[in-house]
Amino acid sequence: MAPLAPRSGDAVFASVERVNAELFTLTYGAIVRQLITDLEEVEEVNKQLDQMGYNIGVRLIDEFLAKSNVSRCVDFKETAEVIAKVGFKMFLGVTATVINWDAEGTSCSLVLEDNPLVDFVELPDTCQGLSYCNILSGVIRGALEMVSMKTEITWVRDMLQGDDAYELRVKLLKQVPEEYPYKDDD
Amino acid sequence: MIGVGKAKQYANVLDKPLSRGRQEVSLSAFAFLFSELVQYNQTQVDNIAELERRLEDAGYAVGARVLELLCHREKGNRRETRLLGILSFIHSTVWKVLFGKVVYLITFCIWKDNLYQKRYVADSLEKGTEHEDEYMISEKELLVNHMGAFNCGAFVAGIVRGVLDSAGFPAVVTAHFVPIEGQQRPRTTILIKFAEEVLRREARLG
Repeated sequence: MAPLAPRSGDAVFASVERVNAELFTLTYGAIVRQLITDLEEVEEVNKQLDQMGYNIGVRLIDEFLAKSNVSRCVDFKETAEVIAKVGFKMFLGVTATVINWDAEGTSCSLVLEDNPLVDFVELPDTCQGLSYCNILSGVIRGALEMVSMKTEITWVRDMLQGDDAYELRVKLLKQVPEEYPYKDDD
Repeated sequence: MIGVGKAKQYANVLDKPLSRGRQEVSLSAFAFLFSELVQYNQTQVDNIAELERRLEDAGYAVGARVLELLCHREKGNRRETRLLGILSFIHSTVWKVLFGKVVYLITFCIWKDNLYQKRYVADSLEKGTEHEDEYMISEKELLVNHMGAFNCGAFVAGIVRGVLDSAGFPAVVTAHFVPIEGQQRPRTTILIKFAEEVLRREARLG
């Protein structure tokens, strides 16, 4: 069977079942609130959000690959573009832009102007160090790890902390080649 | 000029204009998020009852905010003061905005005391009246039960309780699975039991 052509983010988003973004936003808010009540330390909450995101990411990648028909990305630049244009659109309904590539092409920034996770949110003074959207960094990290890329993801800009957009710095640490579960010469 | 430059920064989140509420995310994004919520809570509790309570509490917070948002946006800040009014707000507006459809049936249910626990819907409608403080929302395909776990209805029950409580109609809200003859999947029923004061107030208002 001939491979299917990769679909654009909009096409995939139009074909999946969708729910109201506000339910999503409010549910996420409830999660963060629960974590803050249980864990109390802002750093712990950040870590837990990242872990939750990681758990989501390792499962999300399957669905992403299945629905979007993207072929294997040639290099990390293509990967970043695909995440920004297809990945974000398919799940969150918004697109990100990729900027600030470094010289080796292993590190870039994903910028989100519109973020459904943070509608109606304001950080109180007691939680200033909270990376509210940290689940996103976990999701990307988890998803990329499942396609053999180890990455490190940090927040550069956060609108909740006064900046003008959300910026995630994605750094490719190493590409782990796929290991076959059995040796060829057996 | 229109369209030039970045989005305007608002000093206060309350000054930001409200969206029209048409934005959507994919169902699977919500499903992933919800399953993480359930899984996280499973690590924090020892038994199912506590898990349901925590899910309900999470839903409560959502419900309180949903009421504020929808009251302002959909109803022009008009406040419901009558029982039927608030129930109708829930089964049409709230359900439509959050879950994209109107619930199949809202039965003004009159349960006899011993039929309260998880009994057949059809059965109970025929019996006489004993409890006028209980109402039911019956939903065939509850969004969160797509996940397959029993206790997810607790989240929705929490949302309903949050809406009712914040609107001044304190109630106990629970979710039950009600098996229906001839259908594979049991129907989820949200049972709402209003507090005494609500009924007294309602009676006073005529």
